[in-house]
Order: sequence, then C-alpha cells, then structure tokens
Amino acid sequence: MNKRAQFDKVSLSFETPKGRLNVVEDVSYDINDGDFIAVIGPSGCGKTTMMSMLAGFQKPTTGNVLFDGRPVAGPGPERGVIFQEYGVFPWLTVKQNIAFGLTLNANHVPAAERDAICDHYLGLMGLSDFANSYPKHLSGGMRQRLAIARAYAVKPQFLLMDEPFGALDAQTRSNMQNLLLKVLQTEGKTVMLITHSVEEAIYLASRIVVVTARPARIKEIIDVPFTYPRDESIQERPEFAELRSHIRQLVMDEYRAQQAQLRPVSFSE
Amino acid sequence: MNGAGLRRFGLGLLPWIGAILLWYAVRWSGFVNVSLIPAPHQVAAKFFELLTKEGLLIDIFASTRRVFLGVALGILVAVPVGFLLGWYRPARTFADPMINFFRALPPIALIPLVIVYFGVDELAKLVILFYASFFSGVIVMYEGVSQITPLYIRVAQTLGANQAEIFRKVIIPLTVPHILTALRVALGVAWATLVASELIAAQRGLGAMIQNASTYFLLDVIYVGIICIGLIALIMDLILRKITARLLVWQDRAIA
Ligand SMILES: Nc1ncnc2c1ncn2[C@@H]1O[C@H](COP(=O)(O)OP(=O)(O)OP(=O)(O)O)[C@@H](O)[C@H]1O
Ligand SMILES: [Mg+2]
Repeated sequence: MNKRAQFDKVSLSFETPKGRLNVVEDVSYDINDGDFIAVIGPSGCGKTTMMSMLAGFQKPTTGNVLFDGRPVAGPGPERGVIFQEYGVFPWLTVKQNIAFGLTLNANHVPAAERDAICDHYLGLMGLSDFANSYPKHLSGGMRQRLAIARAYAVKPQFLLMDEPFGALDAQTRSNMQNLLLKVLQTEGKTVMLITHSVEEAIYLASRIVVVTARPARIKEIIDVPFTYPRDESIQERPEFAELRSHIRQLVMDEYRAQQAQLRPVSFSE
Repeated sequence: MNGAGLRRFGLGLLPWIGAILLWYAVRWSGFVNVSLIPAPHQVAAKFFELLTKEGLLIDIFASTRRVFLGVALGILVAVPVGFLLGWYRPARTFADPMINFFRALPPIALIPLVIVYFGVDELAKLVILFYASFFSGVIVMYEGVSQITPLYIRVAQTLGANQAEIFRKVIIPLTVPHILTALRVALGVAWATLVASELIAAQRGLGAMIQNASTYFLLDVIYVGIICIGLIALIMDLILRKITARLLVWQDRAIA
C-alpha cells in the first residue's frame, strides 16, 4: 500500500517561560492512501500539535514527518485542514468563504464553475439560506459547517480534521458523519481526524490511534474491523460495543493519568 | 425620517440645548463678569456677520484643507510604517522606543524649530499637522496589526494561497479596520493641533482667527472660532463613522 504520510520517531517540545514542555514524544505511525485515521486522547495532550506538524505549521524537534515521502516543509492545498477554531473569514459572506479557495491560483478552478460548486456545498451543509450572511450572524455549529464546506470545496486528497463536529448537535453531527463517509466513498480521500468521541472514531475510522496524556505518546493503534461503505447499523453490532468499551477504558486511564499530573500543580498554585 | 430616527436625533440634540441653557444660566447667575461671556445669541449674530462680511468660509476652508492634507499625508506614511512595525517583531523592538519618544513630544513644543527649518509658510503648518497625524496614526496601526491572529493566514495557506494572495485577500481586509481607526484618531489629534500650527503667522484659518481675536480681546469671535472647529471636527468624524460602518458591515460590534 502507498504511504501518504509518516510520523517517524517524532517528538516536539515547546520552549515556555517555565521551561521545556514536551508535547509529543516518540510517535511513529504511517497513514496509507485511503486510510481514515482517528486520533483520540485526553484534552491538552498534544493532538492538535501532532496534526499541525503534518499540516506544516510546526516542525518536529526530533524525528521526521513525511508527506508523500518528503519531509513536510509547510502548508499546502493538497492537505486540507479543518481547524478546531474553524477560522471562517469574518469579512466574507458565507458564500464568499466557500469560494475563497476556488479563487486561488493554486486550485485552477475556472471562474464559470465556482458558483455551481459553492451552491453545491451550501446545499450540502444546509447553509443555502445564509449564503449572503456574514459569519457574525451564524451559530457556532453553522460556522463549523461553513469551515467544513470551505475545506471540502477545493477537494484536497488528504483531509486533516481537528474535532470538526464538536460544536454540532447529535442529529447534525450524525448527518455530517454520514456525509463525510459519502464524500470519501465518491472522492476517495485520506483522512486524519481528531475527536473526543469514541463512537465517532469507531464509526468513521479504519484505524484508531489512542494517545497518552501529555506528552502524547502512542498508547495503542487499533484496526477497526468494519469495511466501507458503512451505515449506522454497525453501531448495533457486538464488535462495535466491545471496541467501544476497550477504547473507553484506554481513554479513561489516560484521563486519570492526566488528572493525577495536574493535581499537585493546582495545589501549589 | 422614521420614528426611531427622530427619537435618536432628538436624543442627540438634547445635550446641546442643555449646554446652551447652561451657558445662559452662567451668564445670568452673576457669578461671572457678563462682559467676559458673550451670550449664545450674540455669538450666533457674530457668526453670521463673520460669515457674510469677513469671509469666515475662507478661514474654515483654509483650516479644513490643512487638517485634511496633514492627516492624509500623515496616514499615508503611517499605514505602511505601522504595518511593518506591527508585522515584523524585530522592526518593532527596534523602532518602538523611538516612536514613543517622538509621540510624547507635544507638537507645540516643536514650533520654534519648525519655523527655523521650514519657515512660516503653508509648509510649516503642514509639517506640524503631519507630525501629529503620523505619530498618532502609526501607533494605532501597529497595535492593531500586531494583534491580527495567525489563524486566518494559516487557513488561507491550507487552501493554497500564495504570499501575494494572502496579502491581498487576508491581510488587507484585516488591516482596513485599523486604518480607519488610525484615521479617526489622527483627525482628532490634527484638529487639536491646528490652532498650534496656525500660531505660525497664519493669515487665514480658524486658529489664526482665534489668535488675532485674542489680541483684540474679541471674545465673541473666539467663541465662533472654537465652535466652528468643534463642529467641523464633529462632522468629519460623523462622515468617517458612516464610511466605517459601510466598509465594516462584517464586524461584530457590541453596539450597533
Ligand atoms: N505554541 C505553543 N507554545 C507553547 N505551548 C503550546 C503551544 N501549542 C500548544 N502548546 C501546549 O501543548 C499542549 C498540547 O496542546 P494541543 O493543542 O496539541 O492539545 P490537544 O490535544 O489538541 O487538546 P484539545 O483536545 O483540548 O484540543 C498544551 O498543553 C498546550 O498548552
Ligand atoms: Mg486540539
């Protein structure tokens, strides 16, 4: 299988006023073409940091992050990113936000096609009625959908998604998950998704990377035994429940480890 | 005008009426020598006299033009300089103390030097107003630009934007609000500096008019001059606010 991305003995630490902070430690795994990797771990452990190395915003302190066999030098349109903070452009309307990527030279989208693409994603994300509104009039969930639409619109082969459905209600969330599965089915993407939801990870991913409390190390990599295309019925299967309780246990352990780390600090401060 | 508009207009008018009433009250209270406070209606009469016989409009035009030119030039330079300082941290560390030093100097203290180097003509006044606008504008610009979050630039990069596209499509829109604020601040400061700049042997201009009137103790003329400066500054600010509201409809403001 073709390796798209590789974390090769990657560590990263930040220089802070209180000293060096190890955030990612000795992480190695490969993401193959067509993989759907879900990363799960306690809050603040270093998931976003791990992803931003692949996105090209952060360099590892030691080790290598490779994309298509070459060390990642910076961000690029072949790696679409949906940021945890959405980053919708407040000075553009909803439609202009979606069109933003389409108007860039790098993406070669003829002007005549842009409108249709925008309308397509507006409809898909349920934002048609707000096409000409500014983001200040959108709810948090709508902004998140807008960020997703904008990233999908330029059709990156590799999607990096940082808790993309976190702000959505259960129903919209499940719609978005199914939509993502459909998009993957038709466009054949490779995905790295960060999530806090064990169900979401199992439902969507082909492999789940469970990471430890900070510094993020690999706790376990789990192959999800379901084939694509998937539908919600897999959530009723006994394997799903088994996997869920196993991963929950892992995450819970790390959460406890994190709490234990934090407690002495909060007493002394 | 609709009902709400009328009410807002009335609400805005109220303090002015209050101020005029207070003015009369102070005059008639007997606490102050009446000859030291011309009544509002006397000032109004003087205003029309100056307007029709003495060419008040020429003074207004001369002053407005000076402020306008000074601010335009000052901001024209302050925008790129402030931008560079805000964008490149080293540039900021390098220039920050210098800028704060010059900003702290009151323009009025520089007048003698300006006369020595630039003479007493139009240029000298422009230099003073330029100075005042530049330093007030540059601070606003670089404070604003340095607070632009990198998130939007990152988003643009992941969508495939190159350097030029990032500048044109992300940085410029994010800079516009700060340019407008810099303009407003500079306008305020420039009007405040105007009288000082027109102390340099100006023949026409509101500051010159006030200056000349004070020599002959023409209190009503001084009042007319002061009120004119205030009014024009107010009108300019209102226009700028309208433009700002138009350009920045996208901004999320606490007060509409
Ligand atoms: N630029 C930085 N400088 C210093 N410390 C940083 C920096 N970026 C992140 N950190 C620290 O690294 C740690 C991991 O942050 P990160 O954002 O990767 O966590 P996360 O796993 O994505 O958390 P969450 O699930 O809450 O989003 C945090 O303790 C954070 O304070
Ligand atoms: Mg995160």
